[in-house]
Amino acid sequence: MKTKRAFLALLLCTCLLLTGCHGAQERDAFRLPAVFDETRTYEITFWAKTESNVTQANIYKKAIEDFQKIYPNIKVNLKLYTDYGRIYQDVITNIATDSTPNVCITYPDHIATYLTGDNCVVPLDSIFTDENYGLGGREVRFDAPTYGEMIPEFLEECVLAGRTYAVPYMRSTEVCYVNKTYVEKLGYTLPDVLTWDFIWEVSEAALQKGEDGNYLVNGQPTLIPFIYKSTDNMMIQLLRQMGAGYSTEDGQVLIFNDDTRQVLKTVAEHVSSGAFSTFKISSYPANWLNAGQCIFAIDSTAGSTWMGSDAPLIDIDADKMVDFETVVMMVPQVDPEHPQMISQGPSICVFNKADPQEVLASWLFVQFLLTNDVQIAYASTEGYVPVTTKAQQSPAYRDYLSRRGEDNNLYYPVKLDATMLLLEHVDDTFTTPVFNGSASLRDAAGQMIEEVAKSVRRKRAVDDAYIDDLYKKMVNLYRLDQITVKGSSGPVQKKELGPLPGIAVALLAGLAVVWLGIIVYVAADWLKGKRMTGKK
Amino acid sequence: MKKIVAMLMALLMLGCCAMAEEAAPAVEAKSEGVMTYAEYAAAAIDDPVVIECYVQATQSWWDNKITVYAADSEGAYFLYELACSQEDAAKLVPGTKIKVTGYKGAWAEEVEVMDGTFEFVEGCNGYIAEPVDLTAVLGTEDLINYQNQLAIFKGMTVKAIEFKNGEPGDDIYVTLTYNGADYSFCVERYLTGPETEVYAVVSALQAGDVVDVTGFVYWYNGVNTHITAVVPAK
Repeated sequence: MKTKRAFLALLLCTCLLLTGCHGAQERDAFRLPAVFDETRTYEITFWAKTESNVTQANIYKKAIEDFQKIYPNIKVNLKLYTDYGRIYQDVITNIATDSTPNVCITYPDHIATYLTGDNCVVPLDSIFTDENYGLGGREVRFDAPTYGEMIPEFLEECVLAGRTYAVPYMRSTEVCYVNKTYVEKLGYTLPDVLTWDFIWEVSEAALQKGEDGNYLVNGQPTLIPFIYKSTDNMMIQLLRQMGAGYSTEDGQVLIFNDDTRQVLKTVAEHVSSGAFSTFKISSYPANWLNAGQCIFAIDSTAGSTWMGSDAPLIDIDADKMVDFETVVMMVPQVDPEHPQMISQGPSICVFNKADPQEVLASWLFVQFLLTNDVQIAYASTEGYVPVTTKAQQSPAYRDYLSRRGEDNNLYYPVKLDATMLLLEHVDDTFTTPVFNGSASLRDAAGQMIEEVAKSVRRKRAVDDAYIDDLYKKMVNLYRLDQITVKGSSGPVQKKELGPLPGIAVALLAGLAVVWLGIIVYVAADWLKGKRMTGKK
Repeated sequence: MKKIVAMLMALLMLGCCAMAEEAAPAVEAKSEGVMTYAEYAAAAIDDPVVIECYVQATQSWWDNKITVYAADSEGAYFLYELACSQEDAAKLVPGTKIKVTGYKGAWAEEVEVMDGTFEFVEGCNGYIAEPVDLTAVLGTEDLINYQNQLAIFKGMTVKAIEFKNGEPGDDIYVTLTYNGADYSFCVERYLTGPETEVYAVVSALQAGDVVDVTGFVYWYNGVNTHITAVVPAK
């Protein structure tokens, strides 16, 4: 009997050990405290990103200073990045070690990955409307926007699987910065809305050289007529405009289709002629544009202060700058009657911690970043727009917009034009579906253009066989065949992941044996008891 | 007798030295199919390249990639984001010989090896380049011929120190003057981050200080040397 009990104990221990392996970093879901404990002090970390722009860094610092004056018991430590990718990688690393920041500037695509950590990111829906500490709540000690003052389209972008895991911080889109002087010198007139056909045609026409070997349009030995900064956006917007597949809302990857193939062949054609290049291959479009070596430079509205002959921020020697008229236009369209452009820009998420009071302190700071002073100041550093109607409709912001061209710094015309373009076309913006793996899909979208461009430059043939191989390479590189696709009827389904590893099979078999042993033992015990009862 | 023994011993020592020299390959020795520096320099942008070189310094490993400053006795290379595991990254110490396969590229005028992979070349002596004094070459068209080499610039006057983002932590942009002309230098945080001595030294520089600066002759729309050491001018 003792042997049997010892065997049962061993089986149960094994069972507990096996189940205990899972979810070592699990944390309870955040519950908003009824009252913020101000008798305590809190130290929170905020990871933010700037565009190598000191003014932006200073705005963050001032926001922290102002916030700490209102809440002297909350100390905010700022860590600045100049690259979203680095923040993403660092957060992932820190999730594993349970040392995430408290507050982080991020993209919804990235949050989808962060959510693989249990209760790692705080869902904000119920917090938004809390009457005390929610958006503009009565216990919040500054003039925060209310829930109704958040621009719903921007807020909607932060919803993942039906819950809001972030608040938008700034919004931008991509635009085309055009050297109008050169376009007209080539004998063309800019249309109201740029089309892809127009850009390709003008770019090819610009490649004519004179007898001295210099390009006729700029008189220089160097010219890349069309440069795209973010090739992931290029692919995404093109597919959207073409009505082609990218992904479904639930995470099914559709990008490897014939429309994508056509896009890649078009890219190959214009790389081959020298009409097109990318940031990753040729560096910043702004530098080429400003040197008179590029005609169509596509970049974020958040890069507008670097664009144009009078740009307040420059990255090349002043003597390389060339005088020309800069026009800010929508990104090229397939159908100019129905323009479509990406909505992008940083959002802010709050990471869960063991201490709910610390999380509440973090949330209060996040709200402070949505106040008018911070929103307007930061939006004015680049072609960003504020994410609240409270800021957008404020007299201070309306005044800022009305002063286009008063100087080449705060009121730099190219920046104001980029901002106005987004404000006037918010309804024409879109975002891509967000799911765990959407960041990888986005990377693959851009990487395909980069790979094709590099291959053409390296004299490889870009044909159907090449593209077939490229599709396979992207699937493997970005593990796109391992994306979890949400089933239509509720439960999560896994896509084909291949056979289970041997150790997993062994563990599962062990579990089955354990349970079988338990059932057999209990059944035997029950039968024995019954027999004993019968004997009595 | 003693003289004979002494002579024999001397001859033996010389023989041993000669054998030792044979056993240790010369710095310039390249494996079959590997380009000399001259061949690399002559290759066109986007051409495939295969080189052997010695690690001089690395930027911080990240996302299975590492950027390496490398050299041989003929010239220097900038190996941008070599595919590299974290384990291998730890072995890329200065002097390590590696064989790199990739493509020649140019980004903002910096000539580099892109999309490269590498393998360690075992059984070789290490090679660490001595900085070449390029002070007299500053401002001349000849400077680009020394791209990526470790160089020293002597008697440079500090004009401005500017932290990216306005505070220590990220790159430091350094403007130095020599013979009335300004030159851009940079403390690249992924090469020499805030925890390094050189970062602290540069952070403390004041306008008007006269210094000798060592660094890799990097290019970003013009010369933009990545600083590795700064000392008061001698």
